[in-house]
Formats: sequence, structure tokens, C-alpha cells
Amino acid sequence: MAGYEIDPCEKCEEAMQGYLDRVLSDSEVAEAEAHLAGCSHCAKRYRFEESLRRFVRMCCDEQMPPELKAKLASLRTPL
Amino acid sequence: MGGTEDGNGARRVATEARNRVRFEEEALELSDQVYRVARRLTSSREEAEDLVQETYARAFRSWRSFTPGTNLRAWLLRILTNLNIDRGRRKQRAPDEQPLEEGDYFLYNRLEQASRDGNVDEERVVERLSQDDIVGALSAVPHDFRDVVVLVDIGDFTYQDAAQILDIPIGTVMSRLHRGRRILKRELADRAMGEV
Repeated sequence: MAGYEIDPCEKCEEAMQGYLDRVLSDSEVAEAEAHLAGCSHCAKRYRFEESLRRFVRMCCDEQMPPELKAKLASLRTPL
Repeated sequence: MGGTEDGNGARRVATEARNRVRFEEEALELSDQVYRVARRLTSSREEAEDLVQETYARAFRSWRSFTPGTNLRAWLLRILTNLNIDRGRRKQRAPDEQPLEEGDYFLYNRLEQASRDGNVDEERVVERLSQDDIVGALSAVPHDFRDVVVLVDIGDFTYQDAAQILDIPIGTVMSRLHRGRRILKRELADRAMGEV
């Protein structure tokens, strides 16, 4: 019957986003961590995802133009 | 008793003015964060600037509808995303658009295949991607998915906040977020491999 079981790496891949978003249940977290502890294939891919998320955030950190800030302030209700 | 009524009225006006000033100051303090999200929801800097201005103009007009003590940043973003949709964004969307999506490991697998020794340093592998790759890939993600990815991964909103901002169920937030991130990674893989 083992042939019908879900591939554990596939299962770990499915759990990745929820794991990194910290929305999994305790038992799901424990299951993912148990697999990650013994599987460098998945562990590398989890670490990569974390780096990628940090990098995406960094790349999107675009400063607001100072003129826009002044324009927004000018929209305030006059006292 | 006219004098007392006048006194109450004046006090009310003064309290309201104070509340309004506080509201406007708090909203302006959040403008950098609002802009950052707006910039990634739109395709140009000009569009983002217009949208943020329109958002603040509307927020300052309807400040009374904000409930003090609730999340002001989410409230502003809700105005912004509604304005963005009103701006005719719907027109751009093909109704049956089904974006291509691969598994969550797809990008890593492609990078690993492409590396000479098949061994990838997962901390350094992102260096194969440029800021242009990231920005370009994100803008290639269809709007419905991109909105959620931008709010959660760049705007740092919770699933619950994103659901309220976009007025969609939290289950829809989760499925769009998960799919949107996979679409983003497929787009990034194309760019990292020089296919775009």
C-alpha cells in the first residue's frame, strides 16, 4: 500500500507557505519540522523561500517622492 | 439656557477639530507605507502618486467614518484598493485568464538545474535575480493575485486585514496568496533563465 501514500517531500512543499506564514496547527508544524530535520532537499528549499521573501520585500522598498509628501500635507483641512 | 448650549456647541466643535487634526497627522505618518504598497499595485510611479493623493483626499473628507482604535493603515488601504479598482482596472482583465503556475519549489529547482555543479547556496541564490526581475515578475502576476501578495508580503498585512481591505473571504485571501506566490516564482524562473 506504500505506493499510494503521498510523497513526504510533496507534502512538505504543500506545507511551506503556511509554515513560513506561521498559520499551521501545532501538529502540522511538528510534522513539517520532523521532515525538515531529516531532509536537506526540503530544508534548502525552505531556506531559499525565506531569503526570497526578504529579497522581494527589499526590492519593493521604494521611497515616496518628497514632493508627494508635501502634496499630501497640503490636502489637510485648513485650521 | 442659550449660553450653555452655545458653550456645548463650541466645545463639540473644538473636540471635533482636535480629533480631525489627530486623524490627519496619524494618516500622514503612514504615507510612506501606503505609497510602497500603492507603487506595487500600479504599473507606474505617476499612477501610484495619483492614487495615493486621491486616497488621502478621500480619507480627509470622510475621516468621520474611521473608527478610532481600529487599524488606520488597513482603512487607508481599503480606500486605495477600491479607488484602484474604480479606475477601470477591471477592463484590463481577461475574464478567463488562467495564469500559469508551478509548485512552490519550481524556482529553486530551476536555479539548481542551471548552476554548474548542481549545488546551490540557498542564501546566495537570490543574487541571480535583480531588482528589475523582482519588480517585473510581480507586475506580471494578474491583479487579483498580485493585490493579495502585495498586501501580505510587502505591506505586512495579516490575512484578516487583507480580507477586509479587499472585501473577500479569508479563504479566498489564502488561496490567492498561495497561488499568487507560485505564479510570481514561475515568472521569476523565466527571468532568471533569461526567457523574458
